Amino acid sequence: MTTMTGTTQATRVIPGHAKPLWRRMLLTRESAIIGLLVLVVVVASVTVRGFGQPITLTYLLLDIAPILLIALPMTLIMVTGEIDLSVGSMVGLSSVVTGVAVQAGIPFEAAALIALLVGVVGGAFNGFLVTVVGLPSLAVTIGTLALFRGLAVGLLGTTAVTDFPETWTALAKARIAGTTIPYIMVPFLILLVVFVILLHFTPFGRGIYAIGLSKDAARFSGVDVERMKFILFVLAGLVAAFAGIFYTLRFGSARGDNATGLELQVIAAVVLGGVSVFGGRGALHGVVAAAVLIGVISSALRLANITSDVINIVTGVLLVLSVVAASVLNRLQQSRRRPGRPPRVAASTAT
Amino acid sequence: MTFARKRVAAIAAVAVTAALTLAGCADTGSGGSPTDGAGGDSENLSITFLPKNLGNPYFDTSSKGGSAAVEEFGGTFNEVGPAEATPDAQVSYINTATQQGVGALVVSANDPNAICDALNEARDAGVKVVTFDSDTNPDCRDLFINQATAEGIAKIQVDLIAEQIGDDGEIAILSASANATNQNAWIEDMEQLLADEHPNITLVEVVYGDDDDQTSFDKTAALLQSHPNLKGIISPTTVGIAAAARYLSTSDFKGKVALTGLGTPNQMREYVEDGTVTAFALWNPEDLGYLAAWAAQALITGEITGAEGDTFEAGKLGSYEVGADATVLLGDPYVFDADNIGDFDF
Repeated sequence: MTTMTGTTQATRVIPGHAKPLWRRMLLTRESAIIGLLVLVVVVASVTVRGFGQPITLTYLLLDIAPILLIALPMTLIMVTGEIDLSVGSMVGLSSVVTGVAVQAGIPFEAAALIALLVGVVGGAFNGFLVTVVGLPSLAVTIGTLALFRGLAVGLLGTTAVTDFPETWTALAKARIAGTTIPYIMVPFLILLVVFVILLHFTPFGRGIYAIGLSKDAARFSGVDVERMKFILFVLAGLVAAFAGIFYTLRFGSARGDNATGLELQVIAAVVLGGVSVFGGRGALHGVVAAAVLIGVISSALRLANITSDVINIVTGVLLVLSVVAASVLNRLQQSRRRPGRPPRVAASTAT
Repeated sequence: MTFARKRVAAIAAVAVTAALTLAGCADTGSGGSPTDGAGGDSENLSITFLPKNLGNPYFDTSSKGGSAAVEEFGGTFNEVGPAEATPDAQVSYINTATQQGVGALVVSANDPNAICDALNEARDAGVKVVTFDSDTNPDCRDLFINQATAEGIAKIQVDLIAEQIGDDGEIAILSASANATNQNAWIEDMEQLLADEHPNITLVEVVYGDDDDQTSFDKTAALLQSHPNLKGIISPTTVGIAAAARYLSTSDFKGKVALTGLGTPNQMREYVEDGTVTAFALWNPEDLGYLAAWAAQALITGEITGAEGDTFEAGKLGSYEVGADATVLLGDPYVFDADNIGDFDF
């Protein structure tokens, strides 16, 4: 496992695998975020009045559920080196579509299906422009960010639809019996397992990393880059639409401006979680921990009566620090590694 | 071979995601364990103001009043709120207040329904909920502090214009949009008042500026063109009155055609100072916040429950009575003129 036999017959040491397993597991970006999360939770429980009660967990999970959900496909997209900025607007559009359909007399279940379909179509539209037309995803999804939001606001104007079946709105906020964990965590955990398997334990997932590291190398080794990206954008649209339905139910209100700016919170969580914006690096456990960390920090600061602008500053500084720290650590490791390089260089240059 | 496998895997992933999201939806049943808030005790005079958004001069003024009141009765005052005026952002702050177990939450709602459940959870945990400025559904708050009634708003504007044009002549109304509920109710009341009490004043036209600055500006110009004998304009919307004042102040009609209506001091200051506008009306948000804080205090101490006919003292504003639908009326609208406009900043 720690070595790999190349076609040159020489034993090559893969730099990342040179250290023992426990060090590789513990000294990672993801572990650092998890450690920070534990630290913040402990500190907040001790110092912030009202944080240490069970209800905190309920509100916290309800607040970050849309971010957690969308962060799953977003991680995969960002590992390929692409980005999807339209997810927040898709949440709004799916919320409005659900609302308009319910208002038109369609049963809620069917309305939700229509909203999911809109998510798939919207995601496919993104995927089409990125893969078939070949435009950069940043430009495409800035466009669809405006487009989806425009559609959402256009459909409902400044009005809101608030007539949703009581059973569904209650379910969106209900807690699993005997715990303080809301039900939305059930679909999230199922999706989490699916995405973890998809990204970390299938050829599809290895293809995602391969694309992020080098698109051309991935293509030459038989990865259908376009098709994979297309699927990822469709997944993002679908999950965003699902988050939109949850959003609608949780607030009992479908409005054109629902979830404005959510995409930035999702991307913040993904980047803080250790996914490289250049692609090729990242893991889902880091992203989940980062999303929870951001949620815990804002929850604790709100409880300490700190205003929203300060909360934004704290989250922003944390994000910048994490990116800076990652690149500084990277550079340090590289400069430390250089002296011990000769044996490897000799073997690997021979082709 | 790998292509086929990858395709199968990818299709399976999409299918499984779709299936599971739907399956997740289909989970029914309601858990719901009781909340353990620390609220509900009559000594807990910590009062949190949650305006529509922070950094809004109108709410800065109302919070100033609220804070002054809380200081007078010796409680603790806090102001929290989102940066953007959206209901979903308000919900987090309502939840936070529930966790903190504050005595009362004083809210201006961004949506009458969306924050309802969160408010009711807060009330279940013993937090008293007072809405001001913008109400929620009556069943999710204990008390609503109403800034003004439709009759009060209609009457003050008719009185002001009658005074300014000498109770005689042609007037017009520059409203918001043709289907704005508030404005239409006020216009109806104003028409009634004019017919009953001011027979010499004729309302010649109602035009709609759609609460758009440029449209309101153009409509003012058109009004003055088509009605050469016009003596006064009422604009029961803050956008309309500011646009009309801007037009009048640079035209020959300045000082000849009276203008009044509902406006904010910051928007109207220069036109009051240059003589375009003599007086206009609105409620005083500082008093509104002040009254809301006293009402919250009365609810916490149990002095009132929100039932019709309950009375409570509100410091310098005097005694108030709870009306129908658990609503307390601040009083008559406040008239701003050259003498007092300097005292306000919103």
